[in-house]
Amino acid sequence: MEYSILILITPLFLFLFLGLVGGKLRPNIAGIIGTLGMGFCAVLAYSVAYQYFFVIGKTADSWQSIMPINFEWLRFTELLHIDLGILLDPISVMMLVVITTVSFMVHIYSLGYMHGEVGFQRYYALLSLFSFSMLGLVVATNIFQMYIFWELVGVSSYSLIGFYYQKPSAVLASKKAFIVTRFADLGFLVGILILSYYTKTFDFATLTANNAELVISSFAGGTFMGMSLVSVALALIFMGGAGKSAMFPLHIWLPDAMEGPTPVSALIHAATMVVAGVFLVARLFPVYFFAAPDVLTMIAYIGAFTALFAAVIAITQTDIKRVLAFSTISQIAYMMAALGVSKYGDHDGLGYMASMFHLFTHAFFKALLFLGAGSVIHAVHSNEMKDMGNLHKYMKITSITFLIACLAIAGIPPFSGFFSKDEILAAAFHNQPIIFWTLWIVAGLTAFYMFRLYFGIFFNGKRDYEHKPHESGLPMAIPLMILAVFSVFTGLIPFSEFISSDNKPFEMHIDMVVASLSVVAAIVGIVVAYTMYFKDSNKPAAVAARLKGLYTASLNKFYLDEVWMFITKKVIFNCVSRPIAWFDRHVIDGTMDNIANVTQKASHRVRGLQSGQMQRYVAFLVAGTILIAILVLIFV
Amino acid sequence: MIKLEYYLIVSTLMFFIGIFGFITRKSMIAILISLELVLNAVEINFAAFNRYLFPEQMEGMFFTIFGIAITAAETAVALAIIINAYRLIGDININDATKMKG
Repeated sequence: MEYSILILITPLFLFLFLGLVGGKLRPNIAGIIGTLGMGFCAVLAYSVAYQYFFVIGKTADSWQSIMPINFEWLRFTELLHIDLGILLDPISVMMLVVITTVSFMVHIYSLGYMHGEVGFQRYYALLSLFSFSMLGLVVATNIFQMYIFWELVGVSSYSLIGFYYQKPSAVLASKKAFIVTRFADLGFLVGILILSYYTKTFDFATLTANNAELVISSFAGGTFMGMSLVSVALALIFMGGAGKSAMFPLHIWLPDAMEGPTPVSALIHAATMVVAGVFLVARLFPVYFFAAPDVLTMIAYIGAFTALFAAVIAITQTDIKRVLAFSTISQIAYMMAALGVSKYGDHDGLGYMASMFHLFTHAFFKALLFLGAGSVIHAVHSNEMKDMGNLHKYMKITSITFLIACLAIAGIPPFSGFFSKDEILAAAFHNQPIIFWTLWIVAGLTAFYMFRLYFGIFFNGKRDYEHKPHESGLPMAIPLMILAVFSVFTGLIPFSEFISSDNKPFEMHIDMVVASLSVVAAIVGIVVAYTMYFKDSNKPAAVAARLKGLYTASLNKFYLDEVWMFITKKVIFNCVSRPIAWFDRHVIDGTMDNIANVTQKASHRVRGLQSGQMQRYVAFLVAGTILIAILVLIFV
Repeated sequence: MIKLEYYLIVSTLMFFIGIFGFITRKSMIAILISLELVLNAVEINFAAFNRYLFPEQMEGMFFTIFGIAITAAETAVALAIIINAYRLIGDININDATKMKG
């Protein structure tokens, strides 16, 4: 399995190659090189997945973790050393498949979508960098390696959001994304440090071994401000995950991140990077479950709340990418909630499996939704729903694939979203009824806003176009169709055979009560959306007027941006940053400046003596000699 | 016989006149002449001490002759430098020789 390192090296090499010499290549050539490289990566990932799941991964009754490569990268002391390596276990192999597939599709799609853009080569170089970092993140053998790639992912996301760097809004959005996630990563880093200070290791395998007994024993009931220390550490680590996965209240960067090119949104802000937080919690799941169940409960509630919160906002947004962004937040929160309600082992670990399952299916249908939205935006040159309508006539492929994705995300059987969402709901149903009902409402809302979007774009609305919109070319249509196939069929995979909380396969069955409840919610949502949005009517306006307060609040995203602005601009800037800046400028810099000034003035004075005139030197010499002679005469 | 002190008085006067000239003159030639005065004062001292303190030995005399030779060589070199300096800056004023100042 050593060749799995190639999955990482190929995109890194592509990044260096396209980044350094890409500018000299013709744009198309650079794009095709990037795409082929990513295709090669995808083939390798599939081969690794095949080998792992069907040839060598399974021992007796459970999936083993394989480390084909692990070497010491930095050594500080006997205990403190940072390793780099590749860890293959069910979730990392699954992530490899997801990332390379979606990335490959996005590479193909971008050939059409980004055609003729300035900086085409740079775009492909950055996509490769992102793929490299994301792949490195999922195969990380230890938490520090994960952190390194975590930051790399953040920085490549930053540069891709700000790809159109001439546009001030894109620059602002990229800065916002970077600062918010970086702020969350601070918590992550502190969490890592606390955790490893006590356990003396970074290794995932050691941390999670034997029901995380190492973590429990090494912390041994230490407390910090009323919370047990291990809970503090794990909550801080979760904070990093919440930042990347856009959990409330750190979700504010994701909607703005839609300023980036649409394929980037599909790859980074829908399918891969934003699920890094879910992946992180899943990776440390035994630690969370055994050492800090309180944090896990907190995750469940944050997840459920975020899911509801984002779904409500998604209903009123008019920018189609923003609707999808809030939908992404909502769906990721679904996965988080599923992890939160999960127990450990066998069928109790249903939530864990369901979370990973939903991550898997969501990646495909959400990427499809974004790419479909990109295709629409490409045709009408606008993000706003009011500039769209009746596109079904002009863009059959986009319309049908978009419909498939909508059905999948709404959870209509037999599309993939139904199966994964059903497992999540079942897990919540048996563990935390409140969370189940919240998620159930969210399921209905999801169906509603997705079909509001679908009808608004493809049926109802604007009819007269100056330029007739037309279906996008093959490079854009083919990924749509492939992803549509994935969105239909991935739900049929018997996921619990491959992924479970304790790595032992178990049987999953569809819970008929939960399934029928969720399907009812979805159908109600779709029907309501149909009556309101399929044809022109005044119903939406009437409902908005009836719920005026809620409507404006939701339209303004519950003023969360303003709250953050207030906190940062008014509170932090004035109360913390300004005094610190003053102290820095006047006390620290002042001391240094004064030392420098005094030295400079003194040297100015002394400099006069070094005139370079021999005669003055001699005069001093003679005067000095005479002085010494007189002193000698007087005192000796 | 002339006392040693008289020699020393003359040489001290010459020495300080030389120093004074060296410090105050602006012309390089004048400085060179002052330098000669200083050196000759030292040579008078050598000769006088040799004559009065160790009359049976000749080291002081040898030193004097050696010094005269050195002085001659040094004068030749100094004059060559002054001539070159004159060619370069068109002047032999010591204050104008500032080309190599940082």
